[in-house]
Amino acid sequence: MTKMAKWPVLDQLTGPDRLGRGKAVKSKRSEHLTARLADADRVVKSVCPYCAVGCGQNVFVKNNKVVQIEGDPDSPVSRGRLCPKGSASLQLTTGEARRYEVLYRRPHGSDWEVLDLDTAMDMVADRVITTRRETWQWEQEAKRTRRTLGIASLGGATLDNEENYLMKKLYTAIGAIQIENQARI
Amino acid sequence: MAVDLESLLLEDETPAHASGYRDHPPRMGFFTDTSVCIGCKACEVACKEWNQVPEDGLNFTGMSYDNTGGLGADTWRHVAFIEQRRRVAHQVSGEEVQDDGGSLRWLMSSDVCKHCTHAACLDVCPTGALMRTEFGTVVVQEDICNGCGYCIPACPYGVIDQRQGDGRAWKCTLCYDRISIGVEPACAKACPTDSIQFGELDELHHRADQRLAQLHAAGVSDARLYGRDEGDGVGGDGAFFLLLDEPEVYGLPPDPVVTTRDLPEMWVRVGAAALGIVSVIATSFIGRRP
Amino acid sequence: MGTSFGRGGATTFQQDLQNADCILIEGSNMAECHPVGFQWVMEAKARGATLIHVDPRYTRTSAVADIHVPLRAGTDIAFLGGIINYVIEHERYFRDYVVAYTNGPTLISEEFKDTEDLDGVFSGLDAEQRKYDFHSWEYQTGAVQAASGHREMEAKQADAHQQRHQAESAKAEAAHGESHGSGGAAAPGNPDRDETMQDPRCVFQIVKRHFSRYTPEVVEQICGVPKELFLKVCETLASNSGRERTSAFCYAVGWTQHSVGVQYIRTAAILQLLLGNIGRPGGGILALRGHASIQGSTDIPTLFNLLPGYLPMPHAGVDVDLDTYVAGEETDKGFWGDMRSYMVSLLKAWWGEAATPENDFCYDYLPRISGSHSTYETVMAQLDGTCKGYFIVGENPAVGSANAKMQRLGMANLDWLVVRDFSLIESATWWKDGPEIETGELRTEDIATEVFFFPAAAHTEKNGSFTNTQRMLQWHHAAIEPPGHARSDLWFYYHLGRRIKDRLATSSEAMDRPVQDLTWDYPTEGAIAEPSAEAVLAEINGYDANGAPLSSYEQLNEDGSTACGCWIYTGCYSDGVNQVARRKPWREQSWVAPEWGWAWPANRRIIYNRASADPDGKPWSERKAYIWWDDDKARWTGHDVPDFDARKSPWHRPPAGAKAAEALSGVDPFVMQADGKAWLFAPTGLQDGPLPAHYEPQDSPFANLLYGQQRNPVRQVFPRKHNRLHPSPSEPGSAVFPYVLTTYRLTEHHTAGGMSRWQPYLAELQPEMFCEVHPELAKARELEHLGWATIVTARGAIEARVLVTERMTPITVQGRRIHQIGLPYHWGPNGYSQGDAANELAAISLDPNVHIQEVKAFTGDIRPGRRPRGPERVALVEEYQRRAGITESTGMEVRGGR
Repeated sequence: MTKMAKWPVLDQLTGPDRLGRGKAVKSKRSEHLTARLADADRVVKSVCPYCAVGCGQNVFVKNNKVVQIEGDPDSPVSRGRLCPKGSASLQLTTGEARRYEVLYRRPHGSDWEVLDLDTAMDMVADRVITTRRETWQWEQEAKRTRRTLGIASLGGATLDNEENYLMKKLYTAIGAIQIENQARI
Repeated sequence: MAVDLESLLLEDETPAHASGYRDHPPRMGFFTDTSVCIGCKACEVACKEWNQVPEDGLNFTGMSYDNTGGLGADTWRHVAFIEQRRRVAHQVSGEEVQDDGGSLRWLMSSDVCKHCTHAACLDVCPTGALMRTEFGTVVVQEDICNGCGYCIPACPYGVIDQRQGDGRAWKCTLCYDRISIGVEPACAKACPTDSIQFGELDELHHRADQRLAQLHAAGVSDARLYGRDEGDGVGGDGAFFLLLDEPEVYGLPPDPVVTTRDLPEMWVRVGAAALGIVSVIATSFIGRRP
Repeated sequence: MGTSFGRGGATTFQQDLQNADCILIEGSNMAECHPVGFQWVMEAKARGATLIHVDPRYTRTSAVADIHVPLRAGTDIAFLGGIINYVIEHERYFRDYVVAYTNGPTLISEEFKDTEDLDGVFSGLDAEQRKYDFHSWEYQTGAVQAASGHREMEAKQADAHQQRHQAESAKAEAAHGESHGSGGAAAPGNPDRDETMQDPRCVFQIVKRHFSRYTPEVVEQICGVPKELFLKVCETLASNSGRERTSAFCYAVGWTQHSVGVQYIRTAAILQLLLGNIGRPGGGILALRGHASIQGSTDIPTLFNLLPGYLPMPHAGVDVDLDTYVAGEETDKGFWGDMRSYMVSLLKAWWGEAATPENDFCYDYLPRISGSHSTYETVMAQLDGTCKGYFIVGENPAVGSANAKMQRLGMANLDWLVVRDFSLIESATWWKDGPEIETGELRTEDIATEVFFFPAAAHTEKNGSFTNTQRMLQWHHAAIEPPGHARSDLWFYYHLGRRIKDRLATSSEAMDRPVQDLTWDYPTEGAIAEPSAEAVLAEINGYDANGAPLSSYEQLNEDGSTACGCWIYTGCYSDGVNQVARRKPWREQSWVAPEWGWAWPANRRIIYNRASADPDGKPWSERKAYIWWDDDKARWTGHDVPDFDARKSPWHRPPAGAKAAEALSGVDPFVMQADGKAWLFAPTGLQDGPLPAHYEPQDSPFANLLYGQQRNPVRQVFPRKHNRLHPSPSEPGSAVFPYVLTTYRLTEHHTAGGMSRWQPYLAELQPEMFCEVHPELAKARELEHLGWATIVTARGAIEARVLVTERMTPITVQGRRIHQIGLPYHWGPNGYSQGDAANELAAISLDPNVHIQEVKAFTGDIRPGRRPRGPERVALVEEYQRRAGITESTGMEVRGGR
């Protein structure tokens, strides 16, 4: 009979929802529906990565996976709101379009090859050193320059201040000056 | 079983009460004020992200900036864009001075399931998949829906639809899961200009009336509320709108009528037959594995 | 803005827009590109403010504006100059503000000749070098009788300033003007003034004469804005400015992406100063930036001409040692006078123990620049084979930079290329599937470039800070570790640096010393050895000799006892607390919300806010009170942190001989400026004139109606095979490119598409490349709605779906009805949503101050149907070049050109 009491049709006939449109037809799933906000293991404070409005984001994490990203209602700038791009942050960060391996195209190669991260890092470091040596310039027109014009960099406006800082610091130390970002573009 | 079906359907004080919720929370809904919509489509994306609604194709429609087309199984919020040679009250634009055809205006409006007071989809659903929640909203229960499709022609707004390859009916749930824990629906939360407002329906009515009066005072005589009137053909909507033109301009039916308006009488007539079927259903339920 | 006010950042913050009585959005499509910030515009509107949108296109911003003014793309200086003229002619400027806080009363050298005198150029133009010597633009000093003893000092100062001018001239092409991001250009601290502003050589009178020809009739003839509509804008702005009311301006790349872009912003700055709207609530100029940390990447610059905190990169042959470097840059007055401390502290942060007073704190370790090394010059250097290795980090120049073909051809000439991104963007794959492979201009097997693709970590996978459009730093916390081999850029550069240091550790080469001595000891965390972003922030903030965090840049010393990675950020880690990560909910604090994040400088949200009070320190009006002098407490107080010495009374006058910040009086709100005043006239700091003048865009269908000078004489142009320019309007070939093209963004996508075209939820909202045309143009060129069109310039040919719309209003200029074609620039051939890149069409022609390309106004042709495939695509472009009679000298002139 306990089973019967939960039986929707009987509930409909005996309970207040006589037309069977509401309470009586509530399914098991509906009964136990929980928002994945409430389920999250933690909520991490973040900032939208798209434009420079600087909307606050709350990042909901469950089992070490990001399960939802939405506006942070506490932010005085955005008051919890997000535009379509900000609202697509979950797809941006967890979607299928993201790559997770290092790819390498050798000179004259016709396709990518997968490369190990450490190997690739070593290769890039070697190339920086070689190019720097080959293109080093102490002087230009008898004026001290102490630089290389062989290495350039583009990017920074989408990165963190700390990242820009390390980039500029390292590039300056190796004497690379053609360092630019989207602020120019 | 002397049930006065008609009174239950049409005159009950709240849809939730009529649906068996005795201690139910206030009826919740959306007020979409299209006069402040900037057509950003955050609502569309926030809805899809939260509800994991599938992307439904790259279609360049040429309907202004609307490449979504309309509400459907995979679109629970849809922003319509309407370009007109007509101006909003005191708005001044250079186009007006330069062309003879009058000024330009660009209307944007985020459409959604209306969560009708008298919801035909609910009335026709044979499986109980469609359900009125304690908030007075209408949801499809995906674990119940068998894809019969009866609800689809029943909807006077053309909102509910079957998902391709899945067969089941899908539509806006007014984020039943979110509002159950006291959080506003994803679209309303994201909306940058508060064009989509979520709240207790009574409070939203009050706000909408004030906003309408304000716009009228400012000379925006075209402004009107849609779905606000509890005496309309669907008993008023749980999601209603402030529009700046005729509903048809936005692709909304001017005078929606619950398609099951005559159903109560039909039900009385078929009532006995329906009860007769109960035993059949009972057999089928009991026969199911727990 | 740096040149006008002293700092290069937005003068106000987004939330303050709600206090505006009128908001003018021009050069920005704020509702589309910054929708969430736009809530504050809607808030202002709800409070009764008038919203004016000036834009060639009727956009989603126009749709909710009270007034939309369509104007011809590339004519904003004429439009704003017309308003300046109106404001002066009708005496609608805020006189008390102008006299007290701007250089309006300052006298200018008798040698100065205006565009009025020289038919469109200023005195000092060196046509051969394509640059100005700005000596003649200087302030006049010492002519007015000064107290004895004082005068001699001023004469000496004048000498020193002349030397500085010469140095600055030498650095002109190196985007030196941009170095005034926080610290104005050098100029005498106490020039001669005429407080009545009647002297014909005072700035105010010069400005008045300069703009007198920008009449409503001229505005109509240049911009295509009907006189009544123009006057309505003038009246609305004027009546919403003054003691009781304020108006705010918002702009974005619609102003910067021109060959005279910086002067667009200068025009707005002059206007806002005349109206008295800077430093006051509901006023200001809000620069709306398009990337999460584009302000931050200028403050801590990944830019060739800057070091952190807007310290300029040393210039070869000029800044030979620390003394000459500092002497060439610092000012007598204002906080830029302490730049030696900022520089020494930076050198200490980078080279630590190795940096000593004896070795100039390793100043010589710094590489020197020699002219411009902007991203566009870098492309030329790649084509020339000088530049061999290239890192592309979160950018997509193969789609997003002007003349996309040259970007790719440059990359095809590299030895190696590193691309760090989320997905395989066009800049990573051009060698196998780029447009040149299809046309046959490049063959994959011929390309020797090695390409490395490194997957990047997302913002949710790393700690760090972004600096938003209002100079506010906000911390984002890592939610999870990056999956697979995805890594943060912090990780990449830290570990790359570590490897390079390891390899060079035993070198005895002098060139390797800066690497060996570089401080690079950041703690790492977790299994992937992620460097601590907070440790980097602490270094940026700065620390004293004991390693204790500093709280203000005023603590920085020039003796090497302090280290600081970016002086304008000092205070962001004060007390060892990450101030950037503060998140006190807005409901629990004042509307200014000072306890959310941290803004530079010194957590001030409206800068130059001393100007919100009158010279006596009282609010200009109760309605617009913000910062005021509290006589009882003898300090400045109010809603924000005073952008002023809190203890310096309004009546303070510095003693003779005072230097740097000490030399600022109680009525000098522009504390980074050499004279404490905002500049209506820029006696130095800009490469293309002390005042803005209307020049036509590089490619324009119209002759300059105002002057015999067609284009900005000192714009940067490159006579390269793939960068051909269009003929001047007087030349017969100009009719080959009869339409104005303008590029822009849509709400649904992000810049070059790397973060949006791959996202199905965004891609489906704007699924492919399209162009927007008016029905008249569609009819004239037989373009079908939803059909295809081919758009052609001397640089390239692209195809796009056709969206016919009345929102692309034709403009009537000088009796001609001109059509403008809208081109979103998000697309490229990769990703889920694909299309041709609008930047295939754009030329590399640049603003001389900041080297930003002109993509908001150029010309082209449109024809029905899809573009040709294969070599035919190249042939089509060459045919257009032939028909237009284009050679390498077309559009290259310095003088004249009409």
